[in-house]
Amino acid sequence: MQESKAATANPELERIANQEYQYGFVTDIEEDRADPGLTEDVVRLISSKKNEPGWLLEYRLKAFHRFREMLAAGDSEPTWAKVSYPRIAFDEIVYYSAPKQQKKIESLDELDPELLSTYDKLGISLLEQKRLNGIAVDAVFDSVSVATTFKAELEKQGIIFCSFSEAVHEHPELIRKYLGSVVPYTDNFYACLNAAVFSDGSFAYIPKGVRCPMELSTYFRINAAGTGQFERTLLVADEGAYVSYLEGCTAPQRDENQLHAAVVELIALDRAEIKYSTVQNWYPGNAEGVGGIYNFVTKRGACRGFRSKISWTQVETGSAITWKYPSCLLIGDESVGEFYSVAMTNHRQQADTGTKMIHIGRDTKSTIISKGISAGHAEQSYRGLVRIAPKAKGARNYSQCDSLLMGDQCGAHTFPYLEASNSSATVEHEATTSKISDDQLFFCRQRGMSEEDAISMIVNGFCKEVLRELPMEFAVEAQNLLSVSLEGAVG
Amino acid sequence: MSTKSSSPNDSTPNEGEVLISIRDLHAKAGETPILQGIDLEIRAGEVHAVMGPNGSGKSTLSNVLVGKPGYEITSGEILFRGKNLVDMAPEIRAREGIFLAFQYPVEIPGVANNYFLRTAVNAMRSHRGLDELDGFDFLTILREKMKLVEMPEDMMSRAINEGFSGGEKKRNEILQMLLLEPCFCILDETDSGLDIDALRIVANGINQMRAGERAMLMITHYQRLLDYVVPDHVHVLSGGRIIRSGDKDLALELEARGYGWLENASGASA
Repeated sequence: MQESKAATANPELERIANQEYQYGFVTDIEEDRADPGLTEDVVRLISSKKNEPGWLLEYRLKAFHRFREMLAAGDSEPTWAKVSYPRIAFDEIVYYSAPKQQKKIESLDELDPELLSTYDKLGISLLEQKRLNGIAVDAVFDSVSVATTFKAELEKQGIIFCSFSEAVHEHPELIRKYLGSVVPYTDNFYACLNAAVFSDGSFAYIPKGVRCPMELSTYFRINAAGTGQFERTLLVADEGAYVSYLEGCTAPQRDENQLHAAVVELIALDRAEIKYSTVQNWYPGNAEGVGGIYNFVTKRGACRGFRSKISWTQVETGSAITWKYPSCLLIGDESVGEFYSVAMTNHRQQADTGTKMIHIGRDTKSTIISKGISAGHAEQSYRGLVRIAPKAKGARNYSQCDSLLMGDQCGAHTFPYLEASNSSATVEHEATTSKISDDQLFFCRQRGMSEEDAISMIVNGFCKEVLRELPMEFAVEAQNLLSVSLEGAVG
Repeated sequence: MSTKSSSPNDSTPNEGEVLISIRDLHAKAGETPILQGIDLEIRAGEVHAVMGPNGSGKSTLSNVLVGKPGYEITSGEILFRGKNLVDMAPEIRAREGIFLAFQYPVEIPGVANNYFLRTAVNAMRSHRGLDELDGFDFLTILREKMKLVEMPEDMMSRAINEGFSGGEKKRNEILQMLLLEPCFCILDETDSGLDIDALRIVANGINQMRAGERAMLMITHYQRLLDYVVPDHVHVLSGGRIIRSGDKDLALELEARGYGWLENASGASA
């Protein structure tokens, strides 16, 4: 067994570093699951379980055939990311698993108490949430939405917030119009897989001129073993609308790796604004790198309208491997895209994450602030593309990528790509790499702080520009999460 | 002398109380033996200056006192207010009232100076059983102390020492000392790299801290800081030992005659 020298030199830090993953429990609940493997029958089964209309089954099947083609071609999985893992056995994955429920529930009181207590344990009490603060929650358990709070209140303003499956039945015209319009099923390997087998997810539509009065959030929980997780989120902000959306994720502690391949599509029309925040805390695997989630996710927003704005904020602390590039297509003139990211990798975690800002409209503007923290034996890369299309006159981008290293066994890499096809564009890129030094830690201790508090202070200082973009209640959670994930990583 | 219990000592020292008692201290920096038998006693109310040529062990002495990793005590003892200092973690020593103004203050990018200072002050306060200060109360105290070291307001929202000039960094160290109100202050070459104005400001800050309940150990190469902060005792360190102790006149004599004078004398007597 390889022990990091730094950790053994400091038993206190080692203790904290080896703190258990807090959300590693399993809920004992009866599942409805398909046989392992991906066949046309499985796709048809998923579609029929959900009683889907023909057009959606057709969409799934097109994606399925495309996926088989890519799989047959052999070199279909993206290999350009700086991550390494054994080939995924796609035929051993279970593509559909759902908590068994007797009937459609009318109110949260009818929800399986096991599910309610699961969310309680996660600190997301669905009942309490409903009474207390202004956050509407869609609880997604093993890729199936089990409950959505505050629906009726939101409906009064014409806001639709429900599970994806429900939206397919209740608002087929919106789903048909927007599904795959930002991330087509042909986009990439995992997006294609998702399009074939996605089970559920969240859907929100904010009508013209409406400012969504509360934060909308989806809380994703993986529970079942041996299953892949494929959710789909679709948010549409109509002209002049505003919505702030939060996403949280946890999973049980298991020795196997589980694939999570979600797709998120955002659409902002004229003068609309979408703020999308994620705190990703999937099970990262143990200190030796056994188990953990493969988080291969495609997230993209289209600023279709004039002066529309999409802002991604992510705090990525979990997953064994993260492969994720929340991006913006800046189509509307004067539209704005933002990406704020903190990615934290410890032990044997790997992350290849960043963004794409595609400037298409005139006077479009994008900002990228990426903060990477790497500790233990972790490897982390920032990968970002800024593309200025020929017609994007006056486009502007500012990118800043900072890496913080702890110890001498980890790695941080920056891969900025820039393609400017319009000479009036302004693009700026800044990058720094720093290390928490022994001298910094000793200085803090000489001023009376414990080593943990010192590390936490330095890391939070390092991430401040991103953390302040998060909604208040998320920011506190994120800070705590960073402290727990990071402490003990230094030597 | 026996070691007393190590419960937090929240009482203010009385003038004349022995704060630091060092006996036959030998210490290594890494693998190199540096301190070769130091004996020193410092009482509340006193200001001691330690002078000596490069490599004589001045910085090792201050680093050993604050528990900096990388130094090993091979024999001898250090008692702080009767407690064995060697067993205390650096942060505990700090909370018990030992402060080091660093020779080379570090920069911490991204962490605002005022946030850092408040965190430090509150770490001390909770150790002493006091309530933590909120932002407003802290700011009131901070502004008052900043005036003493002529620190402009904007330096507080900047990252710790980042982009500070040499003089600003040293003033920032003195500001920390003023805020934390330690009972034993070690100033490691605080005068190095200061111009005349900065030296005056820093010395002024140090003099503000001179009090009956507090002691200071100033490590310096030169007489010039001692013109502003007049010491009660002066010690000359050479080859890891104190080769001569005296009053403020010893420093003046050293300035006039150089270290060679004493080193030769001690070599002859050893």
